[in-house]
Amino acid sequence: MEIFGIPSQALFGQLLIGLINGSFYALLSLGLAVIFGLLNIINFTHGAQYMLGAFVAYLGLTKLGINYWVALVVTPLVVGATGMLIERTMLKQLYKLDHLYGLLLTFGLALIIQGLFRHEFGSSGMPYPVPEVFKGAYNTGFMFLPKYRAWVIVASLVVCLTTWYVIERTKLGAYLRAATENPSLVQAFGINVPRMITLTYGFGVGLAAFAGVMAAPIYQVNPTMGADIIIVVFAVVVIGGMGSIMGAILTGFGLGLIEGLTKVFYPEASSTVIFIIMTIVLLLKPAGLFGTQK
Amino acid sequence: MTTVSTPSLKSQSFTHQWVAFAIMVLVLVIAPIWVYPIFLMKVMCFALFACAFNLLIGFGGLLSFGHAMFLGTAGYAAAHAAKVWGWNPELAVLFATACSGLLALVTGMLAIRRQGIYFAMITLAFSQMVFFFYLQTPFTGGEDGIQSVPRGQLFGVFDLSDNSAMYVFVLAIFLAGFALIWRIIYSPFGQILKAIRENQDRAISLGYDTDMFKLIAFVISGALAGTAGATKSLVFQLASLTDVHWSMSGEVVLMTLLGGLGTLFGPVVGAAVIVSMQNYLAQFGAWVTIIQGVIFVICVLAFRRGIIGEIAHWLKKPL
Amino acid sequence: MKRKLLSLAALAACAFAGSAQAQISDGIVKIGVLNDMSGLYSDITGPGSVTAARMAVEDYMKSTKSTLKVEIVSADHQNKPDVGSNVARQWFDTDKVDMIADVPTSSVGLAVAKIASDKGKLHVNSGSATADLSGKACNANTIHWAYDTWMLANGTGKAIVKSGGNTWFFLTADYAFGHALERDTEAVVNKNGGRVVGKVRTPFPTQDFSSFLLQAQASKAKIIGLANAGGDTTNSIKQAAEFGITKGGQNLAGLLVFLPDVHSLGLNIAQGLMLTETFYWDLNDNTRAFSKRFAAAQGGKMPSMVQAGVYSSVIHYLKAVDAAKTDDGTKVAAKMKELPTDDPIFGKGSVRPDGRKIHPAYLFEVKKPSESKGPYDYYKLVSTIPANEAFRPLAESECPLVKK
Repeated sequence: MEIFGIPSQALFGQLLIGLINGSFYALLSLGLAVIFGLLNIINFTHGAQYMLGAFVAYLGLTKLGINYWVALVVTPLVVGATGMLIERTMLKQLYKLDHLYGLLLTFGLALIIQGLFRHEFGSSGMPYPVPEVFKGAYNTGFMFLPKYRAWVIVASLVVCLTTWYVIERTKLGAYLRAATENPSLVQAFGINVPRMITLTYGFGVGLAAFAGVMAAPIYQVNPTMGADIIIVVFAVVVIGGMGSIMGAILTGFGLGLIEGLTKVFYPEASSTVIFIIMTIVLLLKPAGLFGTQK
Repeated sequence: MTTVSTPSLKSQSFTHQWVAFAIMVLVLVIAPIWVYPIFLMKVMCFALFACAFNLLIGFGGLLSFGHAMFLGTAGYAAAHAAKVWGWNPELAVLFATACSGLLALVTGMLAIRRQGIYFAMITLAFSQMVFFFYLQTPFTGGEDGIQSVPRGQLFGVFDLSDNSAMYVFVLAIFLAGFALIWRIIYSPFGQILKAIRENQDRAISLGYDTDMFKLIAFVISGALAGTAGATKSLVFQLASLTDVHWSMSGEVVLMTLLGGLGTLFGPVVGAAVIVSMQNYLAQFGAWVTIIQGVIFVICVLAFRRGIIGEIAHWLKKPL
Repeated sequence: MKRKLLSLAALAACAFAGSAQAQISDGIVKIGVLNDMSGLYSDITGPGSVTAARMAVEDYMKSTKSTLKVEIVSADHQNKPDVGSNVARQWFDTDKVDMIADVPTSSVGLAVAKIASDKGKLHVNSGSATADLSGKACNANTIHWAYDTWMLANGTGKAIVKSGGNTWFFLTADYAFGHALERDTEAVVNKNGGRVVGKVRTPFPTQDFSSFLLQAQASKAKIIGLANAGGDTTNSIKQAAEFGITKGGQNLAGLLVFLPDVHSLGLNIAQGLMLTETFYWDLNDNTRAFSKRFAAAQGGKMPSMVQAGVYSSVIHYLKAVDAAKTDDGTKVAAKMKELPTDDPIFGKGSVRPDGRKIHPAYLFEVKKPSESKGPYDYYKLVSTIPANEAFRPLAESECPLVKK
């Protein structure tokens, strides 16, 4: 069967791969959106923290024998803690200044982290084995879908929707959202706003690290893995709306699908299509598809 | 926001700036005796790039995270003109500057409407589009770059493959570009730009078309960045993807930040420091990246005025 | 009387020998090893090549008792032509380097070759693959050692087409090397009655080949040709296994596979792969002896074809410097072409007028895990291609140095 001249087999195969890539875009942009939406910080370090997640999992496995499942839980906590340290010591001092300084600081931190790991591990990838449970593939008829990649889609959907629910539908989330609107008023109600901000940053970073662990068996553990994906993720967040959680999730998955489609019909444009869409959205709806102008 | 204080241009003393300029020229003229000329030419190209970038952020208040697209576009344009069309170097550089200027006009018209973070993000997006475009098009040679670019003969007479002749050419371009930026900053246009940076609403209420001024600044900045890129590709006889990669945009931000945002000589010093560091630490590989990151962090947290900014603050005079 | 004349003559000869030393620029022969020290080619070249160069200098000095003073420097070009050409230019201009060796990554190799030619120095390339280095990009100051894309295409490519793999789909690394390898292999496929049904360019380097492999799968070509190397090749092979490509009846052709790649893949995945190399540590007593010494200095890792090439080329270079009594690049290059080579590592060969070094090539098949006796025991020899057939014939070369 052919759709627009492409065999449906190839089309669905690429769409599925697009969905997998989209899962990572969604997870990463979710972390970024949480941090920007609630803290007004552009976290350029996000890519490096994603890479940190993958490396902590890799080192945990090779040096301490920690398996994938434990790593999935422990790594976000460890990397999230380092994030909170960064927020406490450095980011706090920049809140009164122009937001651009936050961008520059996190950019510098990203360079440091990436440089350190490149120095230690070189720039070719370290292998990370797929967990036993997920070895092998499902024969879907139009392609072999490796079980692990199917798990990636499921896991990221669950994490994304849970995060959205917590922030948009629970009391804790309400406090967070209120604190960004009017920190002094919320503080007056007795809620420790600075601590909330630190924890939120840590949570966003933890999400990045979680994505890193999920990525390790697919993309190889590599010091440069965060650098190029972070730019795409920025575009996703901007398109979805800088502060919108649902926007980030939907745009992440959506862009993955669009990228997959472009690879089928016009592969040369697959890397640029995201930026073209971002430019169009920024011109027509500067706050993003789901965002509200602050 | 601080109020805009506008001292009369006539009463402001420029002596210390002229002194600094004289020192800079002296250093650049004498240094090739001891220092590898190719290295110095690299410093000058990046210094011009950083000065052009500084015009936009230091005086216009607009952080562009995509300036590499101007550096790289001009690099490819000049390389192509010199190698494939066989043009003389001065024509190649002019042509490349025009190309970058045109790119700046097109992207500027779309980007200027947004401020702050959104402006930075949109310039980054354009820069990425340009990068991936150059990655695909055959004329750039992709990963290989345009190699064996002939330096040609200046005005058809002076053979630039001799390093000394090339040095004079690059020095002339750098000083001309620097002087142009100096003139712009202290012109009425430059004053209005500063006013827009300090308080855009007030400038609008005074009747100025702020978008037009910002666009002009963006185009000048992009064009001069292009001049730097074109000259660089002639010095190294190579135009490559590195010049359009977003890490190059990050580097020029670093140079300007380190030297001093909004100062005249800051970007020159910043460029000199960063290029030297890259050169002498090259054998330590990743340490260059780490140190650049550390400099970024320190500058943002504790050293926001930058090197020249601190000196100027101490002297209580603008530099 | 005769004795006096003889001793006078001997004295004069010594004086000449002494003054001949003065023709070595600043008295030192400086060799620069430029390669990828930390990226995807670092195992194939990297610090191992520097070790190989040092071993070559030691062995040459010991065996010939030469009076040359030799120094070795090294640098990382990060697989980028601008970084590589900056290092080369600075080495030649200010650091008094006389010869640059190794240089993997064809785009950098081409840039360095041009710079060497512009400055009258010498470039002996063991790492780049593109056959253009002795073809249309050749010059009098560049010599191409070890292997090239033509040899790979006619080794592996021809063998696979002849054994029934007549429809091809290429996964090509998007830079000079990938393009050259794809072009040369396509020519072989077409010449031997096969057909190329599709090709896709992959960014260099790439971590995730899933979408490209799906396209290859959709093309239903019998053979998926991997016109890439190092980390790109191992990733594509691993992911092809994940996506069930081989289960679906298609076969992978690794057009450039090095021993360290097979080592990192493991025999379970790599078994049955056909590949062509000009060096394998277990070929004969000489290669075994060299490799064991190399492994002792490199933590047990056996040398790759490129690292062996660096060793062999440095020895021949030093021989030529002594014979020509100068380290002037153009003159030494000419001398290297004049002297035949008889290498413990590569066997008998010579350097042709177009700069191409020729020696025998070997078609190998990767052993099954059950056939291997230990680490690095990975290859079984299928056939030997003699030196004069392994590389592109001089008559077909586009090199302007070759008089037709």
